[in-house]
Amino acid sequence: MSKVIKIPKGLDIHLFGEAKKEIKSLSDVSFALKPLDVIGVTPKLLVDVGDKVQVGSPVFYVKQNPKVKFVSPVSGQIVEVKRGAKRVIEEIRITADGLDSAVDFGKQSIAELSGEQIREKMWESGTWALLRQRPYDIIPDADATPEYIIIKGFDSAPLAADYDLLVKGQKAAMQVGIDALKKMTSKPLYLSINKNTGEEIKGLQNVEVLTFEGKHPYGNVSVQSQRIKPINKGMRIWYLTVMDLAAIGRLFLDGKYYAKTIVALTGEEVKNPCYFETTKGINLRKMFEGNVSDKHLRYISGNVLTGTRVESDGYLGYYDTQVTVIEEGDYKEGLGWMMPGFKKFSISKTFLKGFTAFCSKKPVHIDSNIHGGQRAYIFTGDFEKVVPLDIYPMQLVKACLTKDIDRMEELGIYEVDAEDFALCEVIDVSKTDVQAIVRSGLELMREQGL
Amino acid sequence: MNFVEKFFEQTRPKVAKGQKLHWLASTFEAFESFSFVSNKTAKAKGAHFRDAIDSKRAIIVVVIALIPALLFGMYNVGWQHFHSLKDVAMPGFWTIFWYGFLRVLPMIIVSYVVGLFIEFMFAQIRNEEVNEGYLVTGLLIPMICPPTTPLWQLGLAVVFGTLIGKEVFGGTGMNFMNPALVARAFLFFAYPSHMSGDMVWIYDMPEGVTGPTPLGEMLAGAAMPAASVCDMICGFIPGSVGETSLIAILLGAFILLVTGIASWRIMLSIFCGGALMGIIFNLIGANDYMNMPFYYHFLLGGFAFGAVFMATDPVTAAHTNCGKYIYGFLIGIMAVLIRVVNPAYPEGMMLAILLMNVFAPLIDYYVVDANVRRRKKRLVAATNNK
Repeated sequence: MSKVIKIPKGLDIHLFGEAKKEIKSLSDVSFALKPLDVIGVTPKLLVDVGDKVQVGSPVFYVKQNPKVKFVSPVSGQIVEVKRGAKRVIEEIRITADGLDSAVDFGKQSIAELSGEQIREKMWESGTWALLRQRPYDIIPDADATPEYIIIKGFDSAPLAADYDLLVKGQKAAMQVGIDALKKMTSKPLYLSINKNTGEEIKGLQNVEVLTFEGKHPYGNVSVQSQRIKPINKGMRIWYLTVMDLAAIGRLFLDGKYYAKTIVALTGEEVKNPCYFETTKGINLRKMFEGNVSDKHLRYISGNVLTGTRVESDGYLGYYDTQVTVIEEGDYKEGLGWMMPGFKKFSISKTFLKGFTAFCSKKPVHIDSNIHGGQRAYIFTGDFEKVVPLDIYPMQLVKACLTKDIDRMEELGIYEVDAEDFALCEVIDVSKTDVQAIVRSGLELMREQGL
Repeated sequence: MNFVEKFFEQTRPKVAKGQKLHWLASTFEAFESFSFVSNKTAKAKGAHFRDAIDSKRAIIVVVIALIPALLFGMYNVGWQHFHSLKDVAMPGFWTIFWYGFLRVLPMIIVSYVVGLFIEFMFAQIRNEEVNEGYLVTGLLIPMICPPTTPLWQLGLAVVFGTLIGKEVFGGTGMNFMNPALVARAFLFFAYPSHMSGDMVWIYDMPEGVTGPTPLGEMLAGAAMPAASVCDMICGFIPGSVGETSLIAILLGAFILLVTGIASWRIMLSIFCGGALMGIIFNLIGANDYMNMPFYYHFLLGGFAFGAVFMATDPVTAAHTNCGKYIYGFLIGIMAVLIRVVNPAYPEGMMLAILLMNVFAPLIDYYVVDANVRRRKKRLVAATNNK
């Protein structure tokens, strides 16, 4: 019997367009690596435009963390390096040649490798970038060892992909991944699951299984880590998803970089929401073609709470296993703030839906309109309703705004990440960008080397 | 709506930065966002949808909650007037209401015009959108003033309350004292002869008849207020415009609590604090005022009005949930304490709330500090283990 941890607070927002459990295949010739998807990465290119690459060929290394390489998910040719303001590299575009030739990193069993060798192999093969560190949500330092590792076995975000489906048939690979991490770090590994998690994930060995119960954000790493062992100043923990775990396992089983992934296409404006088996970094246009409504749409790589807007011919985000399409809310509403708004989503009881927001399982319609202008923080006590963490969210947000490093530290900035404030951002009456504020606070702390 | 939309579309370029009318940019934005919820969409990264509520809607709920007390206040102003004319028969409902309406309306107009002018001006100086908070403050100020207040005094009080109570600290959301109460306190201390709080409550120009409020009577040593409990609950007693009727105030409280706009924690704990202090005085029973049944405090003066509408101002109240209990409880205690023990001020609610406004950040500090210390302790324990 695994340990059960109940999370008392939270808010499940049920939306239209949950992905049906059927997997289609999706292929394209256009792929891209987007360094901006990964926090704290300044890419140093190892290739030029026109170079040929294979699956697993290094494309760039990380300036701050030079041993860590990002590799190509496909075999083909580098066609473009797209730069934005200040020449920041936004996308490295690769056109696939369809040959699927891959760099051979050598099949090896974990037993015959030392911890240091496992580490090196992960640096070289690009799988190190699948690990993420808290605080700051960055890729861990190449030589670091965490206090413990959390393996995310489920996602609680709205319309999130079903992790069981994503790792179907990968049990052996996940187990090898666990063994590799265990050998490399000799630190405790925790696997977080919920009550719907299937046998393949649940049955993994050499890892402590924790069952979480509650509402979103109970799948967030911060919520889980605070229940396992809260992150103190100077402490580092790592996390990864079961898909990343399987990818690490496949590296040792197959000797190749595993670039396959399964993505859930979700959202109200998708005609046929379902799963797509595809390759990391793929261009999403074919996924949307003929499969979305005619309205003005917002395409999001990720979920509606934390995702990134992409164009209709944009690329899949580096860590994303979900794509969401919702209506773009660029309309004006006459006296909208006064209207009864029976169909509008709100947790405020000034709307009808507010009375049932915390218990209703009926899907609601949403669009990207923010329904108002930015204001000073007036109302208090709202954030606390949706943040199941032992922190004072409003006070912490204000400390981030005033760049008060000591206060942020006192209020527990190390224990949180921007995604934990996503629900606050949604319900904020003052319409501030709470996640961006917290992120700026975290970045400030990181710059100070804390 | 089309021509309104067209008007805004045509005006927008004229208030753009560098244009002649740029000094009206905040005003333009305020009126545009009043007419149309803007078409702004969520940023490219972060939450891609938002709750339908905005501060306009939240603020307007408070205004709606104030309306029963305001309407009754208008009626009561008229009623008190005709009641004091001993030899004239009480006229019909509408005549009474109309009389009060004409007395109160100028106060509301002055309060809004003066206050909103300052608010718009500061929004423009700060290059911000206009915060809606003054819509409540501007209605509260006339409601907590006696109907006899000269309009120039009211205007001055609004200027003082808005500037010193709010704008000098950075505007809405940054102030630590309720601006409406600051305005009221200004009147109280600057023009004590007009506002002593125990007399001159009834508007009555020709005869110059004045009548004491029940609170004034008690302070003067009456055994019991002259008005019946029923009158006090309904509100047929002399007093500030909005504060007299418990029923109308409770109606407002109901609206605020059902919509969750005001904190039930604060309201509940104020009444608990007031009851406790009242009971303690009942037990001591040193004089008639102490012997007055404790629940009379809720019926008299501005206790209920302050508890429902003034103390619950989320900016100046305690911000933490735990702090709200303490904050409210202390307001209740202080209000009754000042009423009964302090001979100078018949009404303790205003001073109690202002005092606790000042202490609210301190209460929050200690509430949050418990969390901070727990975190520090954990860090020390972890370091020691290594």
